[in-house]
Amino acid sequence: MRDVAVIGVGMIPFGRRDEDSLMDMLAMASLKALDDAGLGDKEKAVDAVYVGNMGAGILQHQTALASSLVDRLSLLPAAAETVENGPASGGSAVKNGILAVASGYYDYVLVVGGEKMREVTGWRATDFVATMTHPLAEYIYGVTLPGLAGMFTRLYMEKYGVTPEMLVEVAIKNQSMGALNPYAHVEMAISREGIYESWHSIVNNPPVADPLRLYDACPVSDGAAAIVLCPLELAKKHQKTPILIAGFGQATDTQTLQERDDPTDLKAVTLAAQKAFEMAKMKPSDIHVAELHDAFTILEIAESEHVGFFKKGEGGKAVLQGKTRLGGQIPINVSGGLKARGHPVGATGVAQIVEIVFQLRHELPKERQVRNAQNGLTVNFGGFGNNVLVFILRRVEQ
Amino acid sequence: MAIDMELEMVLRPHQYDMPPYPPKVITLANGKKMVVRQAAREDVPVILKSVHPCLFIERDYYDLVAARLYGELLAWYRYRVKSEYCIIGQVDGYLVGIVNGRMETEKVGMSYHTLAIDRGLRIGAHLFAAKMEYHMEYLGQEEVLIVAESPIGFRRWMIEYPLEKTNIPHELGGGDSYRLTREIYFKAKPRLVVGDRPVPPELLEEAMREIKFADEQTIRERIAGLKGR
Repeated sequence: MRDVAVIGVGMIPFGRRDEDSLMDMLAMASLKALDDAGLGDKEKAVDAVYVGNMGAGILQHQTALASSLVDRLSLLPAAAETVENGPASGGSAVKNGILAVASGYYDYVLVVGGEKMREVTGWRATDFVATMTHPLAEYIYGVTLPGLAGMFTRLYMEKYGVTPEMLVEVAIKNQSMGALNPYAHVEMAISREGIYESWHSIVNNPPVADPLRLYDACPVSDGAAAIVLCPLELAKKHQKTPILIAGFGQATDTQTLQERDDPTDLKAVTLAAQKAFEMAKMKPSDIHVAELHDAFTILEIAESEHVGFFKKGEGGKAVLQGKTRLGGQIPINVSGGLKARGHPVGATGVAQIVEIVFQLRHELPKERQVRNAQNGLTVNFGGFGNNVLVFILRRVEQ
Repeated sequence: MAIDMELEMVLRPHQYDMPPYPPKVITLANGKKMVVRQAAREDVPVILKSVHPCLFIERDYYDLVAARLYGELLAWYRYRVKSEYCIIGQVDGYLVGIVNGRMETEKVGMSYHTLAIDRGLRIGAHLFAAKMEYHMEYLGQEEVLIVAESPIGFRRWMIEYPLEKTNIPHELGGGDSYRLTREIYFKAKPRLVVGDRPVPPELLEEAMREIKFADEQTIRERIAGLKGR
């Protein structure tokens, strides 16, 4: 197996993009990544294209996205396929791209993730995301992802002492970082008084799925992100500092939460992280920056414990102590996370890697840059933790 | 222009005595303080300057709402509508939202429009609640007739309160008419109507001194910027 590096990244601002079709967004992010890799004006720039997307078949009534994109980008006759794996579609597409390069079959691979969710109402978007739940054991009873997250939060609070203040702090931290990120859907800092302490917060921050409130949930977003992969030995010829895929892991768990011995135990996160650390020959303390899948604030806390940054029950306290802020022990979601950057589901896993590449190349403005970051980690969380991908990236000095 | 006051008095509709809406202050999600207060008739020209850029924003029916609101406020300014009022939200003196309505009879109110100029802070929800508060608690009405022109409005009013369908037509026409009764209002009030009174003098003075408004480009970007926050 060959070492694989990221040599180009591209992303478009997430948000509500009425004026762009899904294919427009995928193409824009792809072109930015190809340009970033120095392949923008090259014929037959890549051997294969992987597209991560969850819902175009439902939301846009459009399938076979990769076939369409490869033609749109004039990348014919490159191989092309679409990868659907719920909210982990982006991460899965990246994994497939890595395997394709590592195997030696392809040299240059474009991976792009995208989703256009604002074409429908919030209710329909929530229903669309809920199609990933078990059709007979969950969906028919009206289960939604916010509903599952609410129940999970209540259990986590009871078992590990997570408090509403800890959740509020995650929301404030991530939105304050999102306000500095030009790619973020929500560029608005929020205040503790406005969403929690003032009695006016009952309107500003209404309940969504008890105990979760509006600002505990990520927005529904449109967006796309892309990366270009190639073997490390070829990466050194390209213009930007190569970022090595040092390790990755994927694991699954029961589809329904109710079947798990302990629903608060996100086994797939733990197992995927263990595999990634083993492959990278690293441990959690080696990571300098992390992008965790905070579709709900509780998930940032729970994932920070399950990947091993903190012991169980310590993640929430770490948030209050500022350990996960920029400049803290392990800065988490400096991009704003899903909470502020947004969560176009198929794009998220790729966008997390784009952010880590920005960090490891030391390209970000001072107020968002983790100083001298060498190693970064991402968690892309599918289902309610039933299909999880973890990636560890490392800066390679030229 | 000379005005034939005899004819003018024929054209001017009857006005009910309307007690004032007492100002209140609301802390928004970003921690900023929004002063919610009743606008005076002489404030209309300034308010219209903020409404004007919205006439050209198709997103979320801003153009439609702005066009109607513009006409309604103009009609109030020039004495061509019965018993209208306008409540505004100001942050640091800047106009961030507008709501209006009127008394149809002593018992029945007619809700007109809600226009949030700064988005993502539930300003529309707060101001709509203030409007309902005015009808129910200060004008003492029995019900308010309401229609929605945008999906956001439908979600915020018809579903969140939730309002009751009625066969009584709303003067804006459009889809089904709904009504807010006193029972619905007081049931919804604990979760939807907030604000502190009295407003600290320095905040109220700043709001009363001048209605500031952002330039047209800024207003358009706030409402329908690339990312549509």
